[in-house]
Amino acid sequence: MENFDMSMINWSRGQFAMSAMFHWIFVPLTLGLIILVAIMETIYVRTGDEKWKKLTQFWAKLFGINFAIGVATGIILEFQFGTNWSNYSWFVGDIFGAPLAIEGIMAFFLEATFVAVMFFGWSKVSKRFHLLSTWMVAVGANLSALWILVANAWMQYPVGTVFNPMTARNEMTDFWAVLFSPVAINKFLHTVASGYVLSAVFVVGVSSWFLLKKRDTLFAKRSILLASIFGITTSLFLIWSGDESARQMADKQPMKFAAMEALWEGQTNAPLIAIGLLQKPAPPKTSGKYQEKEFAVKIEIPDLLSYMAFLDPNAYIPGIKDLVNGYTDPNSGVVEISYYEKMERGKEAIAALKGYKEALKADDTESLRLFASKFEDPAWMEDTFKYFGYGYYTEKTVAGLIPNVPVAFYSFHIMVALSGHFLALFIVMLIFTLKNKIDRMRWLHHIAIWTIPLAYLAGQLGWVVAEMGRQPWVIQDLMPAIAAVSRIDASSVQLTFWLFAITFTVLLIAEIRILLAQIKKGVTGGH
Amino acid sequence: MMKNSRNYLVRIFTFYYSGFREMPLWGRQLWLIIILKLFIMFAIFRLFFFPDYLQSNFSSDAERSQHVIEQLTGQNQTN
Repeated sequence: MENFDMSMINWSRGQFAMSAMFHWIFVPLTLGLIILVAIMETIYVRTGDEKWKKLTQFWAKLFGINFAIGVATGIILEFQFGTNWSNYSWFVGDIFGAPLAIEGIMAFFLEATFVAVMFFGWSKVSKRFHLLSTWMVAVGANLSALWILVANAWMQYPVGTVFNPMTARNEMTDFWAVLFSPVAINKFLHTVASGYVLSAVFVVGVSSWFLLKKRDTLFAKRSILLASIFGITTSLFLIWSGDESARQMADKQPMKFAAMEALWEGQTNAPLIAIGLLQKPAPPKTSGKYQEKEFAVKIEIPDLLSYMAFLDPNAYIPGIKDLVNGYTDPNSGVVEISYYEKMERGKEAIAALKGYKEALKADDTESLRLFASKFEDPAWMEDTFKYFGYGYYTEKTVAGLIPNVPVAFYSFHIMVALSGHFLALFIVMLIFTLKNKIDRMRWLHHIAIWTIPLAYLAGQLGWVVAEMGRQPWVIQDLMPAIAAVSRIDASSVQLTFWLFAITFTVLLIAEIRILLAQIKKGVTGGH
Repeated sequence: MMKNSRNYLVRIFTFYYSGFREMPLWGRQLWLIIILKLFIMFAIFRLFFFPDYLQSNFSSDAERSQHVIEQLTGQNQTN
């Protein structure tokens, strides 16, 4: 890796991570709050109760603020592809183009049109058309998320494409395989579910503030009732989809799965770490050696990791060292090749691409036919080209193929613990609401308010697990970050990093100020 | 037919026009933020700080693919 400008790579990574994390502050509330607003409006249209209309308008206003501030923040990520990640951008070809184009068109027509009706149309269109518009905004916002998540899922599990050595681009051969890839479907479901849970926490938290202040109590209680039910339902869905994600990860990204559990040695009947504290600092990635981190403290649940991964408590889970050195599954006898073998195959694939291009340049038809036949051979593509990205590593730099274990481990475990906290909070809130004691539970109101930032933290940690857990890959097994970046100067990325940091911080402060001002006005405080 | 479609367009225009005119202060603040944000993103960031590396440095797709292949297969491997 000594030939790579690691400073440029790390600043580009940092910039992308920062932009994505800021973007994800705005998106989840948009995804979930609009559904709650649509449910409230549906109740209003069905019952004719004006209080539900007021409530709908209040939460719609908060949705509108978040939507407006967050809109287009994701475009920044696309800017970075062309500037910082040009090799990657070229290599993925039209895989990103098609979903993102569909997203743009859908977002424009569905959201832009119906958002206007939602905010301008209360007294101008019929109740039913207004309700339809609100639901269309909900559908549009969630479908927009689908397309970008499909693109992300392809990076985690590339399917439905073929590599063209002439252009060095991946070409989509099966749009439906890309769209309905199991990773894409699950990623979409898990991600939107996390947005729904966050929104339910937001509504419960803000409503609790009203109860603490003894203002708009009827509105607050109705909001809590609805959001708690929504929160319980979506939390259970979130846990189910998270479980599915873990199973997919164990199968398709076993290194991420092992890092998430800090599992260095493979084992059958693998326990799940319920609580754990790692010791030993991370070694430098370029040292050529990796150093396992042992647990200083841990509480395990026997067999659960094996069961979680393969629905079999006896299943074998390979550890990080097994994946690097290769292993034989003691149950099935299946042999998994080592990273060192994958490196050799990756180098062969890189050499074949180089040979193909040189033969083309020299007009050497015989060599060209030889290299072309490799890329046309499905078996070679599956056995050798599949490991293209490993070719950038050597025995000395093998540690670069292991993600940051403490980051993956703690992010995953804190996220899971927080999900449990949210579910418990919703259940307790619902019980006290149904018993009509919720307005007296001041301690619970405080917990609910302070859970709002925790919901944002959980969402961010989910992305940290997904994205940092798959390092070094920008495209799983095919392209590591070191091969994906442009040959530009690190200082230009540093400059734009800080420009983004300032811009996004200002936007976030603006959002929080406007949101707080509107919350303080209250439901009956006018528009 | 043409008159109908013109009426329809007028109604849409009026809908948006009155919507913006009757917008409360917080709505106006939001629009100001949106416009400012889009200006910063597209007129400053995109134009001055985020050129498309391959588009700016190479004139054809053949050159771009050649460059990327050189990058992917050239001296950058860690041997």
